[in-house]
Amino acid sequence: MSVVSVTAGPKRGWKSVSTWIGAVIVGIALICAIFTPLLVPHDPFAQDLSKRLLPPFWMAGTNPDYILGTDQLGRDYLSRLIWGCRISMLIGVTVTVVSALIGITIGVLGGFLGGRVDDAVLFAITTRLSIPPVLVALAVAGLLGSSMTLLVLTLGLLLWDRFAVVARSTTMQVRNLDFVAAAWCAGCSRFRILAGEVLPNIASHLVVVATLEIALAILLEAALSFLGLGVPPPLPSWGLMIAEAKDYMFFSPWVIVIPGVALFVLVLGINLLGDGLRDLFGARTDP
Amino acid sequence: MLQFLVRRLIVAILVAATVMTLAFILTRLSGDLAISIAGPNATQADVEAVRKAYGLDRPLTVQFFDWVGRAATGDLGESYFFKTKVSKLIGERMPITITLGLTGLVIALLVSLPLGILAAVRENTALDRVVQMVALLGQAMPSFWLGLILMITLGLQLGWLPISGTGSWQHYVMPGIVLAFSAIPALTRLTRAGMIQAMGSDYIRTARAKGLSRASILLKHALRNAAIPVVAIAAVQLGFMLGGSIVIEQVFALHGVGFLAWESIGKNDFPVVQAVVLVLAVIYVALTMVADLMNAVLDPRLRGP
Repeated sequence: MSVVSVTAGPKRGWKSVSTWIGAVIVGIALICAIFTPLLVPHDPFAQDLSKRLLPPFWMAGTNPDYILGTDQLGRDYLSRLIWGCRISMLIGVTVTVVSALIGITIGVLGGFLGGRVDDAVLFAITTRLSIPPVLVALAVAGLLGSSMTLLVLTLGLLLWDRFAVVARSTTMQVRNLDFVAAAWCAGCSRFRILAGEVLPNIASHLVVVATLEIALAILLEAALSFLGLGVPPPLPSWGLMIAEAKDYMFFSPWVIVIPGVALFVLVLGINLLGDGLRDLFGARTDP
Repeated sequence: MLQFLVRRLIVAILVAATVMTLAFILTRLSGDLAISIAGPNATQADVEAVRKAYGLDRPLTVQFFDWVGRAATGDLGESYFFKTKVSKLIGERMPITITLGLTGLVIALLVSLPLGILAAVRENTALDRVVQMVALLGQAMPSFWLGLILMITLGLQLGWLPISGTGSWQHYVMPGIVLAFSAIPALTRLTRAGMIQAMGSDYIRTARAKGLSRASILLKHALRNAAIPVVAIAAVQLGFMLGGSIVIEQVFALHGVGFLAWESIGKNDFPVVQAVVLVLAVIYVALTMVADLMNAVLDPRLRGP
């Protein structure tokens, strides 16, 4: 495949508005995720059937106590949205940590050692890509029951391919550079060269991959929760909120618009930030 | 060329064998399958009967090689719920999934190719940035949510398209659009990058020097070269789309293979689940082989000595 170069656009990295938009979105999401209990105006789990499906602030008949309205069980939508942000970010980050550990280890070993090891690594990547992740994650949840821990482990075991691909190709480039040769000559051990010379030099590429993976994991979690085999209720995952509100969407579309827009904006923000970082580092994320 | 083919075929078979092993392990994760098949109200005797009837009393290795041996001859076992051959079930549902996948791919190409070409021709202009923004928006779009929004807008409010089911070709338009969204960002970026690279090459300068028309240069000379990676990735994307259609089939109640897998997961019908995983993996591997072959055929440089 041809190498896609980063074109020299007019504004890149931190000079670009889109990077800043991404950073602000991710910043807000992080604040929501960390300080959730302080930010929620109501208990996101408290049901009040007398206040079912109150409309949000831009519609008639709204209640000023519930800015974004309430769901079908009378739970405050804004509180559930903020709590859902915590779930999304938590899953996005933990899944990425698991998949990064697997993918980077495999990729660096393949790229550094080459030969048979690299053949095995390439084979593992091909096999992984041939397995449909949504189907397998659903099957695991269906057979073992849905829980956050299980979800994180399953997705982590399924999403390491891009880390492996990028770690492998960048390691191959670094392996043949002069400072690595110098380290060999200085008598450094293999481990020392890997940890001290190779990893720091491919780290920027991996950070960019990590942003893409966080976004992907958040989208997958939402899809799995939407299908009822992701985060178990009553936790307010955005995917689960959309699934629970689906029965009411034809009468009051806002019930699915609000969590969906939140999901879309968060993923977009992470991708914008990731693109900005890519330009900043001059990193490549395509295999 | 032959050596290249044989090597790819061996890898493909090895991948299929590995996926079979993984699918087998996957379906055995829950522990005792007989208990889950027999249901919550079953007595000990029922469970024993189920275990015997389905051959689950045999050692795991025997079960595994039995499955592999049968699958190699095209026998994917029998569904516990539907009481029919799994291969027949998948065969019946596959046309729906393939139709959906191809619809999605065609829509994706119809959007990506013009967008990518436009962006490349107007590189670094506002138009280029708009196209790149569209690609980013597509990447962030949750497919199941887009499906629901289209159902509300195109289906209910405008009444243009049917909301769910598989009665006519119109039923495939909305799910096709949703599925296309997953491929549009990658295909658009690749078309744009390929066109920019092609437009900067020597043969385009030669074509310009010969005084050829702009359209001829763009479509005949540049696009042909830019299209090679796009066509190859399109085949791979189709593989991803077939694997990912499970969510969309569920949203639009299309009873394809993904829907079948989804039903079977809920019913602990593990022969169907492991067979669908295997079939989708084999299709993906076949499609990547096709992609590699297309690359080799279209670009002699990749064939090697």
